[in-house]
Amino acid sequence: MSTALFELGFLEAADALAKKEITSQELVQALLTRTEALEPDLNALTWWDAETALAEARAADAARAAGDERPWLGVPITVKDLLNVKGQPCTAGSGILKGYVAPYDATVIARLRAAGCVCLSRANTDEFAMGSSTETSVYGTTRNPWDLTRVPGGSSGGPAAAVAARLAPAALASDTAGSIRQPAAFCGITGFKPTYGRVSRYGCAAFASSLDQIGPMARSVEDAAALYQAMAGQDVHDSTTSARPVGDVLGDMRTAPNLKGVRLGLPRQHFAEGLDPEVEKLTRAAVAQCQALGAELVDVDLPHSPYGIACYYVLGPAEASANLARYDGVRYGFRAAAEDVQQMYEQTRTQGFGAEVKRRIILGTYVLSSGFYDAYYLRAQKVRMLIRRDFERAFEQCDALIGPVTPTTAFRIGEKIADPLQMYLGDIYTVNVNLAGICGLSVPCGVTPDGLPAGVHLVGPAFEDTRILKIGAAYQHATDWHLQRPKI
Amino acid sequence: MSDFIPSIGLEVHVQLKTRTKMFCACAAHDEGEPNTAVCPVCLGLPGAMPVINREAIRKTAKVGLMIGSEISLRSTFDRKNYFYPDMSKNYQITQQALPLCIGGTVEIEVGGQKKVIRVHHIHQEEDVAKSTHMETSTEIDFNRASMALMELVTEPDMASPDEAVAFLTALKEMLIYADISDCNLEMGHVRCDVNSSIRPVGTDPLGVKSELKNMNTFKGIHRALTYELERQVQTLRAGGTLAQETRRWDDEAGITLPMRSKEYAHDYRYFPEPDLPPVVLTPDRVAAWRAELPELPAARRKRFIQDYRLPEYDAGVLTADKAIADYFEAVAQASGNFKAASNWVMGELLRALGEKGLSIGEVKITPTALAQLIGLVDAKTISSSAAKDVFQVLFDEGGDPAAVVKQKGLAQVSDTGALDDFAAQAIQANEKVVADFQSGKEAALQFLVGQVMKLSRGKANPQLAAEALRKQLSR
Ligand SMILES: [Zn+2]
Repeated sequence: MSTALFELGFLEAADALAKKEITSQELVQALLTRTEALEPDLNALTWWDAETALAEARAADAARAAGDERPWLGVPITVKDLLNVKGQPCTAGSGILKGYVAPYDATVIARLRAAGCVCLSRANTDEFAMGSSTETSVYGTTRNPWDLTRVPGGSSGGPAAAVAARLAPAALASDTAGSIRQPAAFCGITGFKPTYGRVSRYGCAAFASSLDQIGPMARSVEDAAALYQAMAGQDVHDSTTSARPVGDVLGDMRTAPNLKGVRLGLPRQHFAEGLDPEVEKLTRAAVAQCQALGAELVDVDLPHSPYGIACYYVLGPAEASANLARYDGVRYGFRAAAEDVQQMYEQTRTQGFGAEVKRRIILGTYVLSSGFYDAYYLRAQKVRMLIRRDFERAFEQCDALIGPVTPTTAFRIGEKIADPLQMYLGDIYTVNVNLAGICGLSVPCGVTPDGLPAGVHLVGPAFEDTRILKIGAAYQHATDWHLQRPKI
Repeated sequence: MSDFIPSIGLEVHVQLKTRTKMFCACAAHDEGEPNTAVCPVCLGLPGAMPVINREAIRKTAKVGLMIGSEISLRSTFDRKNYFYPDMSKNYQITQQALPLCIGGTVEIEVGGQKKVIRVHHIHQEEDVAKSTHMETSTEIDFNRASMALMELVTEPDMASPDEAVAFLTALKEMLIYADISDCNLEMGHVRCDVNSSIRPVGTDPLGVKSELKNMNTFKGIHRALTYELERQVQTLRAGGTLAQETRRWDDEAGITLPMRSKEYAHDYRYFPEPDLPPVVLTPDRVAAWRAELPELPAARRKRFIQDYRLPEYDAGVLTADKAIADYFEAVAQASGNFKAASNWVMGELLRALGEKGLSIGEVKITPTALAQLIGLVDAKTISSSAAKDVFQVLFDEGGDPAAVVKQKGLAQVSDTGALDDFAAQAIQANEKVVADFQSGKEAALQFLVGQVMKLSRGKANPQLAAEALRKQLSR
């Protein structure tokens, strides 16, 4: 093989392993060597253990030698520090889970392990996925491999930086308001948020249960689709998963390399004030490319779209305030020294949680409090219904929506951390997809003159995940933006 | 009290008899080493998610059906937030907005007076862990955490401690009958919050309510309520005012005490549980559950009186326990002699059970065997005193009554030839008694029958023996 092993994408690695051109041990070793070299600059990972990883790789190689033909046997992935991998630390980027080792596998991990994947490392995240820059992690800020003075986005900044910098062929992450798609755009990789209920959340430390969704981050739409296919489908441990069959995603994707007959909707509200001109230019170029591939363009309206951020900052914190109540020092994780139980709760949570998490717990507690519930929580639920209806109406006119993922490219470290509202507004194009429970894909669509990647956002109706992946794959067949890589 | 009317309402938490817990696959049992029946879900580990136990839903819906509730075809779960070490997630999954059962009534009887108590609703929820307070620490056992509970909330329709206890007794009987719960009070299967208030006679609005938390014996509830109502009356009579408050019953001191507001003043911040879809039932499903309901004690008592022609007292004793009632019915139907079946079950069987401290489920004598034993007595094959011996053998060892009779040689002698011989011997050996009989002393015959019994070593059929004697004496 001429290219360095760490350059291999997920499907490329699987293919090379299946053809016995490489061994999993060689691949893992190459990634570990690169990790050791780049991590001091990037801080993309929260944990890895060379010995464990190499032992798993050798076991995969031995299994293959013995005739094991599982599709992803020996292919390594990195995992956002929110997902439980049995035997590995799981800390959600928080001091409150210091020392906590997962005693069980999340369903998605169990499925990928069953398909042969090696869980190589754990990737950094904003604390409990609350953030858009990976600056709120207890492990410190992750740097963007395209420009080390900039953020990788968030909350899945660790997985995005790791995949972009070739520390792993692909990653598993979670998306609550854009946490997969925005860092994918900032780091020039592909990120997919499946339809709510398509992928089990069991084993993913919950932030906002009605919004969280696990998805893949990878070097191409096909790589992402391969991981999605392996994870998706009903799970008895997650009652919110759907029983609808997933289908042959990869097979379907390879059938139509063009976009003939596909109607793409351009939401007026996503090409409005606040969108950086450079990002707009690249997005419009991507739209034109799709048109050249045969897509038909229509303008659509998402009238309630401007209320998405406000709605999200009521519902997300409300759910988080309950989801994070379990971190109390009683059963596991960090426990502060104290005189009595009350003091132990207070000190554990005061010392264990960071500022952004505390801000959202307080916000969520407030909006659920008696006397405020109707004005905030209930009203936000109504707004959520309206946002959902906006999409339903839009999808009467088109098959998918296309627009920018983010208003800007990656911003500088420290630039927005002191101004939460500015930070929150970065989710403006992605958050409504979570509120509506539909699917969204972030695909690289170019690099700005100052050398930063941008992403184009494809949004599809609920359970039309394969449709979105197909459109993304057709775009990638015709372009090479996803092949651009940071010079690190 | 006479110038005040008490109003009592109950919130009854009942642990359901399910194989697994409310939201996970852990075994639902009270015993065992602490923290052995636990998993990521009931320990509230990061990433764990609840899954609804359908069996618990079925049991709670059946309680609703028994008391005439409307069963919600769509009910939902909510999160109730509060911090306590025995609550693994620091929120409890319960039903607040749309509970499973709405309304319903339970009939009680106190001092011969019947009264209908209205039920507001029944909802489904999960239990918390068990805390044991040690000298300098607290130990928490999560085996009980997330076990299935139903909470039944009544209207404030009870007017005395007797009525409250009658309600709980009627409810308990029903729940045991339908196999909803074991209702073992010592094990904490039934826990009550007791609300009470008083208002002057002739006024309508309810008085200021006090709530007694976490009561778990009926006797305790009776004592606490008696004290509490009297306290409220004394307070008002002395010109004082009552505060709406939560109080604690001190069983040893026999008084109620206000709890510090910190211990109960919670804003629970209920909101819909995003991890669980609504519980959706079809009318067919509810109908099928209705068809599964057992006959309730009151209906069964009525039927026993009618169908088996039993006295009211017998019917009451036999139906008090479902297993006993089932056993009686099996015996009665197999033997056809209802009164004998009732006498045996209420007499020998209950006595023997009590003596050995056994439950009906543990006895060796089958209903068929007892019916056969009744048949042997009816056919005069054995005497009733011999039958008691046979019963004891069957009770201790089980087996077939005919075989026991044969093995012990307890069959009555009804062979007239053999009886004639015994009668002749008795007449020959007792000339004076014979003379007494012939001079008109009827009682003398009983003595001769006794002699025949003695000669036959107890196996003679006494009636046939008397006939044989008369026949020979009249010659
Ligand atoms: Zn459990």
